[in-house]
Amino acid sequence: MTAALLLEQGFNGVQFGLVLFLMAIGVSLAFGVMNVINLAHGSMLMLGAYFIAAATVRTPSVAVAFIVAMAAVAIIAALIELALLRPLYRRGHLDQVLATFGASIALNEAVIMIWGREPVFMSTPSWLEGFVRIGPGLDYSVYRLAISGVAIGAGLALWLLLAKTRLGMQIRAGAEKREVIAGLGVNIRVLFTAVFVISALLAALAGIMLGPLLAVQSGMGDSLLILALAVAVIGGVDSLKGALVASLVVGLVDTYGRMFWPQLLGDVAGNIMANAAVYVLMAIVIAWKPSGLFGRQHAH
Amino acid sequence: MRTRLAIVAVFALIAALVPLAGEPYYTKLAARMAIFALAAVSLDLIVGYAGLVSFGHAAFFGLGCYAAGVLPLFGIQSALVILPVAVLAAALVGLLTGAVSLRASGLYFIFITLAFAQMVFYIAQGMRPLSGDDGFRLPAPTTLGGLRLTDPNTLLYFMLALLALATWVSWRITQSRFGHVIQAGRDNPMKLAAIGLSPYPYRLALYTYACALAGLAGAAYANLTEFVAPATMSWVLSGELLFMVILGAVGTLTGAIIGAVVFVGLEQILSAYTEYWLFPLGIILMLRVLLWPSSK
Repeated sequence: MTAALLLEQGFNGVQFGLVLFLMAIGVSLAFGVMNVINLAHGSMLMLGAYFIAAATVRTPSVAVAFIVAMAAVAIIAALIELALLRPLYRRGHLDQVLATFGASIALNEAVIMIWGREPVFMSTPSWLEGFVRIGPGLDYSVYRLAISGVAIGAGLALWLLLAKTRLGMQIRAGAEKREVIAGLGVNIRVLFTAVFVISALLAALAGIMLGPLLAVQSGMGDSLLILALAVAVIGGVDSLKGALVASLVVGLVDTYGRMFWPQLLGDVAGNIMANAAVYVLMAIVIAWKPSGLFGRQHAH
Repeated sequence: MRTRLAIVAVFALIAALVPLAGEPYYTKLAARMAIFALAAVSLDLIVGYAGLVSFGHAAFFGLGCYAAGVLPLFGIQSALVILPVAVLAAALVGLLTGAVSLRASGLYFIFITLAFAQMVFYIAQGMRPLSGDDGFRLPAPTTLGGLRLTDPNTLLYFMLALLALATWVSWRITQSRFGHVIQAGRDNPMKLAAIGLSPYPYRLALYTYACALAGLAGAAYANLTEFVAPATMSWVLSGELLFMVILGAVGTLTGAIIGAVVFVGLEQILSAYTEYWLFPLGIILMLRVLLWPSSK
């Protein structure tokens, strides 16, 4: 165990946490503003990865491929919001959660019908290949650094949008008191569609960046979605600051856990603990603070 | 109410006659319907009567599967040990996770049950000695006297008896004073609080009981497929169980049985036409929800 290895795992943990953050903000925004859980959120990540893989084969330009993939996800997300969620906002959680679950299994199967069951492999763009020296004895993947950079950039852009623009002000007000902003004449329907599409784009961005690191396959976003739900519960479902802090904590707990638990507990128990640690953490947090570390709203 | 009971009685009669056809395929199909009916009835207690949407019920079903798969490795095959262990394992995990999850309600409850189920799923996936994610063949059938539950006829009649008993007991529970407190907690929590009752201990007891029933169904499922894998705990199965509950009518128990029969039937019909049957299934689920509200 060297300091360089610890540092490298730290970077990996932060990078993983930042990607989780992109997923968790989507969960938090949908919960805070629309009071729904979108179980098709993981499918948005998956679609981002498939679309960029399909687009890069057809165009040499990374920028064009990126725009095409993001636009395609935005259109699908808008359709889901308009056709599926809009009629269900006044219904109970059971209907909403099952409708988005239906969308998720249909989308996961649709990509198999189009691209097959075999995972699609993506290579990192050539200009992001290679390693850069970030510390004594530690060379770190340029691509992973770029992922962290883009995730931070996306987080800052979202903060600017929420804090400085009229749309952002309406979103924040919507999360605070939905009835009041509807009463003030804000078009709540357009606002909901906008929030849903922004959430989906953040998930798609995560998927686009994860493509070269993971195998692009059906259901690839679902485990990240459920991890993002745990992140949202730990941080407080309605808090963006909570989502950021919890994402980084979960990213580090998960990454370092996979390294340390097997050494502490042996192969079998260590592996189990490495898999379960985040959820144990979640249980402890909600047993202590039911509305999460930074949540304002009480859980009931 | 009467109509649903009549439909369920007709289903039970047909199922009891299926083995006469002498086709193990249909007997297994009927047994599969009965197994998922038991799991759906148990979930309906939580969703329909307590008004809490659990998105993690498959975890308890899967725990039952693992009980039936792991005990034979220690030379234990008797149903008199395996079924109580399946029930206790599911009940214990249900009690512990329920104690935390039931502090929340609404969307939080969905989040937390889903996350806990995923934890159980990952633990099963991390069990390297049990082949982790790939799962393993059932080492030996669960035996009941001289009978083996892997025999389709035995399994079917066993499940029909178990389903009838469990549904009757569950119905009696919903009609008891205990059941009235549970339903009052769903319909009017303020009023319940005003008369000085907290729904929490009642909900926890019901949740534990429902998880135990799901464990029982899971132990039978391991004998049906003769295979044990983490997939029996996946969130997709949790979603499918919820789909079964709403396909019938929520909060009626008999509706959950009808829903399970229709769902398993639908799965068979769609998969006969296309290997991509999950796609039409997802579309049907969306349409079902959009066209008829499932809950009040």
